[in-house]
Amino acid sequence: MSTFAEYAVSALLLVGGAFTLIGAIGLARLPDFYTRLHGPTKATTVGVGAIVVSSVIYFSTLGRGIGIEEVLITAFLFMTAPVSANFLAKAAMHLEVKTTENTRGQTWDQ
Amino acid sequence: MLDRLSFPQPWLSLTLFATWQFLSDGISGGSVVLGIVLAWGIPQLTRGFWPDRPAVIRGWRAPAYALRVLWDIIVASVEVAKLILSPRQPRPMFICYPLELDHPLAISILVSTISLTPGTVGADVSDDNKLILIHSLDAEDEQEVIDTIRARYERPLLEMFR
Repeated sequence: MSTFAEYAVSALLLVGGAFTLIGAIGLARLPDFYTRLHGPTKATTVGVGAIVVSSVIYFSTLGRGIGIEEVLITAFLFMTAPVSANFLAKAAMHLEVKTTENTRGQTWDQ
Repeated sequence: MLDRLSFPQPWLSLTLFATWQFLSDGISGGSVVLGIVLAWGIPQLTRGFWPDRPAVIRGWRAPAYALRVLWDIIVASVEVAKLILSPRQPRPMFICYPLELDHPLAISILVSTISLTPGTVGADVSDDNKLILIHSLDAEDEQEVIDTIRARYERPLLEMFR
């Protein structure tokens, strides 16, 4: 593996790890259910994305062809993350979960 | 009887078959057989849930849209990360977004995009497909969020699905 590829893989792993950690901190620190919903759909998207790209680079340089599996994992993740977030939000609205005091706007009841 | 053996959505079947070949460790007899079973079974099981196809799909606009969304995910993730690490409290807001799109497939793509781009989660679509409820993590102004989504995501989707 070339030096450049090694640096790229390390940098991507660090970025991915940092974003995943920040997502977890957000989950602990944000004030209510709806704001916490932003953690797993967001920072984690970039976190997992960066780790997957580093995996693609690593296995490509080993000469086993481009890792299409990793690309598919990313595609599945991008398809399922919004759907699960949507269902969690709908369930929260149905149960009338409390929001923080400074939340503006209203949820629906339908 | 023949209807049960058909492929109601050839493109979906083809995609499923190709995806299965890529996921299996190399193409073999077993992976081809299972791929055909999946390519037949999944469209049959889900056919009732698929909306009718829009009249016009301009597929060549899709890559540009995907690149824009990818870029926005990166930019906005950095902003959410900054917000989480900064000591100030976020200013969450529920926003009612009036839709111009009317096709169910286009709406679900728009809501997924809203949920993927950090700072906003698509929480609900109204029963008549006219409004979406968006939860924004840190919004200054309702109109600003609506205008951004309108210009960056909904207009290109309007161009794509007619």
